[in-house]
Amino acid sequence: MTPGFEETEVDAISLTPGTHEHRDPSPSEGRNTSRSRWFDLGVYGETVGLYSACIVAALVLSAILVEATGGSASEVFGALLDGSVRGPGRIGVSIGVAIPLLLVALGTIVSTQAGLVNIGQEGQVFLGAAFAAYVGVELSGPGPLVLIVLMVAGAVGGGLWAAIAAVLRYRRNVPEVLTTLLLVTIGTQLVGYGLKNQWLLLAPSEGRSNRQQISQQLDPDTRIPRVTWFGNEFPTSVFLALGIVGLLGFVLTSTVWGFRLRMLGFNPRTARRAGVAAPRYGGGALIVSGAFAGLAGGLMLAGGDFGNYTLVPGFPSSIGWTGLLVALVARQRVSAAVLVAVVFACLRTGSGFLASTGVERRVTDVVQGLLVLALLIPPALLFVRQRRRELAASGDRT
Amino acid sequence: MIGDFLGALLDVATSEAAYINAFTFAVFLAFGASGEWVAERSGTLNISVEAMFLASAFAAVIGFDRSGGNQVVALFCGIAASLVVALVQAQMSHRLVANQFVVGLTLNILVLGLASFLASELEFSSKKSKSTSIPLLSDIPLVGRALFDRAWLFYLIYAVVPICWWLVYRTRWGLELRAAGENPQSADVSGIDVNRRRRQGIYVLGVTAGIGGAYLVLGAVGQFEDSIVGGRGFIALIAVIFGGWTLRGTIAGCILFGVVLSFRLSLPALGYELNGDLLASLPFVVTIVAMSVFATRVRAPSALAQPFIRGLK
Repeated sequence: MTPGFEETEVDAISLTPGTHEHRDPSPSEGRNTSRSRWFDLGVYGETVGLYSACIVAALVLSAILVEATGGSASEVFGALLDGSVRGPGRIGVSIGVAIPLLLVALGTIVSTQAGLVNIGQEGQVFLGAAFAAYVGVELSGPGPLVLIVLMVAGAVGGGLWAAIAAVLRYRRNVPEVLTTLLLVTIGTQLVGYGLKNQWLLLAPSEGRSNRQQISQQLDPDTRIPRVTWFGNEFPTSVFLALGIVGLLGFVLTSTVWGFRLRMLGFNPRTARRAGVAAPRYGGGALIVSGAFAGLAGGLMLAGGDFGNYTLVPGFPSSIGWTGLLVALVARQRVSAAVLVAVVFACLRTGSGFLASTGVERRVTDVVQGLLVLALLIPPALLFVRQRRRELAASGDRT
Repeated sequence: MIGDFLGALLDVATSEAAYINAFTFAVFLAFGASGEWVAERSGTLNISVEAMFLASAFAAVIGFDRSGGNQVVALFCGIAASLVVALVQAQMSHRLVANQFVVGLTLNILVLGLASFLASELEFSSKKSKSTSIPLLSDIPLVGRALFDRAWLFYLIYAVVPICWWLVYRTRWGLELRAAGENPQSADVSGIDVNRRRRQGIYVLGVTAGIGGAYLVLGAVGQFEDSIVGGRGFIALIAVIFGGWTLRGTIAGCILFGVVLSFRLSLPALGYELNGDLLASLPFVVTIVAMSVFATRVRAPSALAQPFIRGLK
């Protein structure tokens, strides 16, 4: 094997999806290699400019779409603000939605750090919620204890669902991208089956209409307590979520486990040479990411902002997909994930107020999709540009 | 129990309507899957098939309505819309090298939102196109009507599949495309523009998925609703994986999944009760099991889902 060939092979491996992600060019590097007058503003200026241009483009496109179909863009914007922030008590609602989004995103960050692509959060959220619902209804005991067991059960449910993908990945070499995706549908149908059978999740026949698929409502003392601050009511699980943010930030940056995870993500071959067992760390990361999604499902069930403390078909309502987008837009940074989760939660809660403007609420899906696409462009573009500059610089030298 | 099941299976196997249903689904899937196969051979695991189907179905309905019922116009509208989705996917994942799954997933959400938003804002009507029967062939017992007494869009599958095969296996372009999917670095040093071939692979998918979406709405369902695709784009994707990245296997996968999907319609029509939830997840379970069992025997394109960035060290 020639040395050159060895090199390309390492490239191919280090480019596993998710890990090849173009890191932001560091400012000093950018300055050293930039030759054009354009870039003398500095890479920060370039980055900020690109991001703003892309976001503005996405918003303008959305506005054109609304105007073209006979709506008023300013009214829609106003309604979105009213529904998410300005209206009385709406901040609390937005916080309630942001909690599961954030947790799903945090889980996604863990698996992405290890170079794995988990895109099955929607199913993991649903399974977590189903486990939590089963435990919450069947277990009898003091309320707070049941609540804790319920949340653990949620995490276990999501973790187990991701564990299937992890086992297949490391035992049978089946790509986790595919299995996690396929498990979404299987999980949805499985919980749907549970919601049709009384020995699993379906509520006893009194108190529900005949063919309704709904689980029994959680007892009031097994619900997550809600607090009211400045007229905004939200579940206290927000503190749990913020605690996890701090903890995860610390674990990923400052512990051996986090270091090994990142090593595995950057270059699996180096990691193996350094003694990182890929099945243990990669599989572990996948399970942890599923557990986060499952916990999000449990908190959604017990938090009260979704489904009124009951489980129904379609319960995750795209929280899993959106949470995944949050993680991707935040580009694996825990602190950025908090901000993005809040923005996406606001879009979602704001859409509830769109009815008054006569514009269909699905327009927020369009806005969100355009925003995500817009936010994907700048890092990719910066990366490509920096590559070109580097190539040009090395070309000059030789 | 087993006897009942076999009896039901026999009933289905001898019912002409069951074949018609099965091939309706199978052909719809095959339109997407044959293009997806081309894209995957070039190294893209493209999950925006769902979005392409939906965009095409919606555009086809609008085109059909606005042109006063012209189905050819509808077909071309569908292909154009699907190609727009393909264009975004291709440019973002193989020019800007953004993560292809992220782009695909976002496109799925975006197109679903866009289609359901526009469907609620615009007014349109459509109707199912009449079937054209091919003499003699349509008289074959059981499968004759299922294969040869169909809307004209159905017959395009008899062209799409061989063309995809010919493109990939019998042209220089196809050889380069496969090289891009197997070993992009080597392909690059032999002068092939890897990312360009990959983009073109996605455009082929855009065309076939466009035909598929138009067939779905005009040839199979007859009217548009935003749940018309309902995750079947993913089934087209997994048919390729199920088929082990061969065209023959892919089509076999489409037929198998078409049969499974049609059970939902066929079994109750013949008077059998069934559990819809478990049946609906059957294609997915079958694929996971098949992947786990054959994972060591089947070989995916080596560079599948890996972005190519020239000269990256």
